[in-house]
Amino acid sequence: MSLGVPGAEGAPLLVLDGVTKSFGAVAALRGVRLALHSGEAHALVGENGAGKSTLVKILAGAHAPDSGRMTLDGRPLELRGPADARAAGIAVIYQEPTLFPDLSVAENIFMGRHPLRGLRRIDSRAMNRDAEQLFQRLGVRIDPSRPARGLSIADQQLVEIAKALSFDARVLVMDEPTAALSGVEVERLFGVARSLCERGAAVLFISHRFDEVFDLCQRVTVLRDGAWVSSDSAADLTVDEVVRRMVGRDVSSLYPKQDAPLRDTLLEVRGLSRSGVFSDVSFSVRGGEIVALAGLVGAGRSEVARAVFGVDRYDAGEVRVAGRALPPNSPRRAIAAGMALVPEDRRQQGLVMELSVERNATLARRRALSRLGLLVGGAERAEARIWTRRLQVKAARLAAPVATLSGGNQQKVVLAKWLATEPRILIIDEPTRGIDVGTKAEVHRLLSELAGEGLAILMISSELPEVLGMADRVLVMHEGRVVRELPRAEADETSMMFAATGQGATA
Amino acid sequence: MAHDSLYAAPPSGADTERGAGRLAGLRGALGTWDAAIVAVLLVAVLLASLSVQNFATGRNVQFLLLDLVPLALLALPMTLIVVTGEIDLSVASTVGLSSTLMGQLWLSSGLSLELICVLVVLVGAVLGAVNGVFVTGFGLPSLAVTIGTLALYRGLSFVVLGDQAVADFPAGWTAAAVRAVPGTSIPAVVVPVLLLALAFGVVLHATPVGRALYAMGNNDEAATFAGVSVARTKFWLFVVSGAVGGLAGIFWTLRYASARGDNATGLELTVVTAVLLGGVSIFGGRGGLLGVVAGVLLLGVLRNALQLADVDANALTIVTGTLLIVSVVLPNAVADVRARLHRRRRRAQPSVS
Amino acid sequence: MSLTDTGAPARADGDPPPGPGRPRRTLTERLLAVRELGLLLALGALILVTTLRNDRFLSAQSIKDLLLGCAILVILAVGQTLVIVTRNVDLSVGSILGLVAFATGDLFLAAPGTPWPVALLLGVGLGAVCGVINGGLIAVAKVPALVITLGTLYAFRGVDYYWAAGRQINAADMPRSFLRLGNQTVLGVPVLFLVALVVVAAVGCYLRCYRSGRELYAIGSEPAAARLSGIPVGRRVLAVFVANGALAGLAGVLYAARFGTLDAAAGSGLELQVVAAAVVGGVAIFGGSGSAYGAALGAVLLTTIGSSLAVLRIDPFWQQAVVGALILAAIGLDRLLALRTAARLRGRSLHGA
Repeated sequence: MSLGVPGAEGAPLLVLDGVTKSFGAVAALRGVRLALHSGEAHALVGENGAGKSTLVKILAGAHAPDSGRMTLDGRPLELRGPADARAAGIAVIYQEPTLFPDLSVAENIFMGRHPLRGLRRIDSRAMNRDAEQLFQRLGVRIDPSRPARGLSIADQQLVEIAKALSFDARVLVMDEPTAALSGVEVERLFGVARSLCERGAAVLFISHRFDEVFDLCQRVTVLRDGAWVSSDSAADLTVDEVVRRMVGRDVSSLYPKQDAPLRDTLLEVRGLSRSGVFSDVSFSVRGGEIVALAGLVGAGRSEVARAVFGVDRYDAGEVRVAGRALPPNSPRRAIAAGMALVPEDRRQQGLVMELSVERNATLARRRALSRLGLLVGGAERAEARIWTRRLQVKAARLAAPVATLSGGNQQKVVLAKWLATEPRILIIDEPTRGIDVGTKAEVHRLLSELAGEGLAILMISSELPEVLGMADRVLVMHEGRVVRELPRAEADETSMMFAATGQGATA
Repeated sequence: MAHDSLYAAPPSGADTERGAGRLAGLRGALGTWDAAIVAVLLVAVLLASLSVQNFATGRNVQFLLLDLVPLALLALPMTLIVVTGEIDLSVASTVGLSSTLMGQLWLSSGLSLELICVLVVLVGAVLGAVNGVFVTGFGLPSLAVTIGTLALYRGLSFVVLGDQAVADFPAGWTAAAVRAVPGTSIPAVVVPVLLLALAFGVVLHATPVGRALYAMGNNDEAATFAGVSVARTKFWLFVVSGAVGGLAGIFWTLRYASARGDNATGLELTVVTAVLLGGVSIFGGRGGLLGVVAGVLLLGVLRNALQLADVDANALTIVTGTLLIVSVVLPNAVADVRARLHRRRRRAQPSVS
Repeated sequence: MSLTDTGAPARADGDPPPGPGRPRRTLTERLLAVRELGLLLALGALILVTTLRNDRFLSAQSIKDLLLGCAILVILAVGQTLVIVTRNVDLSVGSILGLVAFATGDLFLAAPGTPWPVALLLGVGLGAVCGVINGGLIAVAKVPALVITLGTLYAFRGVDYYWAAGRQINAADMPRSFLRLGNQTVLGVPVLFLVALVVVAAVGCYLRCYRSGRELYAIGSEPAAARLSGIPVGRRVLAVFVANGALAGLAGVLYAARFGTLDAAAGSGLELQVVAAAVVGGVAIFGGSGSAYGAALGAVLLTTIGSSLAVLRIDPFWQQAVVGALILAAIGLDRLLALRTAARLRGRSLHGA
């Protein structure tokens, strides 16, 4: 069967054809195809929410596709569970490591495949020795006998890689493994991936970093909104072309922020520190201004936002709202002072998925809406109606669980919830993660409008175009510190990446 | 950089599927759970009246309701606690300790019974606060903590009175506990219990606190982000649970005119059963007070009718246990079947077209 | 946090040497060893104090009584460890024990000539069937084991009462050879205790040295990750409940052999002591850590506390309160240790950066 993939030499090792998967009303994958060749590294790119992680889960055997076919070596492949995937020689490294915190590093690597001695007992000495050898191959030193709990994310990722190495995978799937790794560690990882390729394995590499994609991979498949867009040889592609295919239009058409007159300082953070997480973070945001907090995942951006809002405690420093000190550790006080936080993880932190749209939209205003302590007479519905209309939330019924909405509309409900509190300061963490392009532009326009109305906006974003398009000032964080402050005019991709990776700037 | 949170729940696929299944259940079977349990209750009452001798007599109704008072009382705060995703297994031991304290104080302190009652409720609140501190202050699982205090409080109640019983409470008080509303066979004590149920119902269903309870039961992180003080709210729920346990202890003592260390032993299981039977999800975040009240009544009617039909009281535990299991297995089984049918239909469609 | 960047090689050095010249041991192993050592010390201190007050506490007879007394609890605690390690709990063990004990007695009543090994096998089999019911229901309902086993706690006990119908079985109804099993000693050590030792050794070795045993820890440590690593979670959990049921069945047969007098209430409330023994023995209630040896030590400690209270002339009513307090202390201590370990590990990875 021909998939029309250019540059394919010989029969592919692993083929996906017409794979479809939906979760409830949401179609995550629609007829996706993919062909991996042995000895080749293949990149899978797409925006957040394009369906990459779902595809990974299908390859891992964690999700069964609703329809579509998979073949390995030309033979039909049916994965009834992760064990089948393993048996077929498919190893997956997830973006979030999946370790057992209570067990030792070596056991994490060899779980279910422990080396044995007499009477089928586990040979822990051999196990530790083998783990040690794997780490030597990776060129790192991690004590195989320590528990996995407490390992840094980079170390956890290395343990995952060692695990994949340990069973000589024929197909290695890496789902954004480099997000938390430094340059040295990435190089080491790529070395391992290349040597696996040389030994005939196929690598599927998922990343947002195009330099890495073009560095490692020979071919690139683009997904958009759960659908296959293209598969091409990397040599025939440019970064701009890939981005155009991912987004479906030119990047420059993202909505830029309109200039707004700057007003008084509304949010001031001084010397904020939390042991082991971030230290000595200071900045201020004025009304009408959008300040972006940039940096790599794990640099401590979201943690700062959570501490400012009072969800997490902090050890030292102070937060002032419009000149008044905000007591720590109390989201309720923060809300009362006019602060709102749209968190990064919509499902976990932003919404109560099983509650209705109206309950979610008014959750932060439940006290203000009550009369004599009672919530009666459809006060919530009326309030919810106002804000869902203003934000054009598309929901069948306001009483429907918010889980039935699409990602973009869910994000709008989160925004509605917080705008309903009429905040003076809006902290927004990854405002457009996992939502479609149209809604993205809407959110950007909304943020710009809000700034125009005099709100102080602190935006955390991992998407450079968004940061560059929206922010008046950019603060770059690295390893828990603000290492660079760039005004709009000086901010560009290079200067930000340099600062974010800890190069060129000193803390 | 990070997850595609839109589609795949990060931890595991199975969770997503179960979430979807639960959702289907929410819209289908469980949306009408309240109605179903009320219907079952009515059918049970009807059947019992027709087929069991002496069931539909004023005297039996009086006893049935009196027997249910402690269960009904304890089920109220338990509903709120389970809605937040926690559990309090120490309630029956709190009843026992309250009862023996009341007996010991009456026996030896010389205080007036009014004052003793107030003290007992306060002590109950303190016992609840101990649970609350362990659960919210130290961040321990409420299941483990309240299993511990279940043993601790029951043990203390034996320490207070040993294996003796205090029975010489004033006849006026013990008679008042079982007195009926004049002209009916309904015990007067039912009235305050109903008022209390109404109060709990209003708090749960029509106040900001109630909204917060559901929110934290479904997702305490999102609730925290929305300005809900999760720990503080849970702490006070445990305090309320303890205080209500004290009240139930006073009633139990007066009703049976006996303060004993083993009063209400094992009642916690019946309370949990009633709450789950009433449609409250053990995972938290779902269920209502009407269903729980119906669940309490259903349990009472079944046990009473079977007892009248000469079934051994101890063997009745089969009924309680089976009801508990059915009430948790059924919704899931229904949701599973629905999901399977739905999938089959969807799979069938393309081949037809 | 990815607070590690340039210092990749240096980071691994962050692991502090576990002490000059000493062999390296896992941190987890060290913590566990500390826990088991602590238990032994507590046990030793308890015995010392009690013996100082009354030197008969260390007499051969008293030691034999102690070993005899703890054997059944040890077996149940070890079985419970299997369950708790997978982040589940089985509250129905007391009821299974009671049911099997009565069934064993009834078997001898019905077929007096039954050789005791057959009775033993049948008892273990009946326990395993109860375990299958538990595990099967949990798999179907997808609700916490707590709820299901709470239900079967009732249900099995109800069946027991229904079966017994008020009868009592006496030692005279059982063959002498069977009763000897309960009281005989080998070199002064009760057979019962030897059986318990075998169970401890077998389960302890299984959990430590076998792949499927380690997978149980994986399931309890991070269920989602366990599923992703291809561990058959459902099958393992079912197996664990069956094994625990079988061990409870074994305990039931031994109970019958030891006490001779049986009614339907045998083993009531035992589940609390079992959970307490496991938790005190360092089995984390949220799964993923703990050992059979620790749980066994916990059971021995609890039994010893019971008998030393008697020797110390402390009101025996304190025993249950002590059990409760121990549960609270144990989970509180675990929490504290976990927090401190976490803080240390966090500090360590920071230093490495």
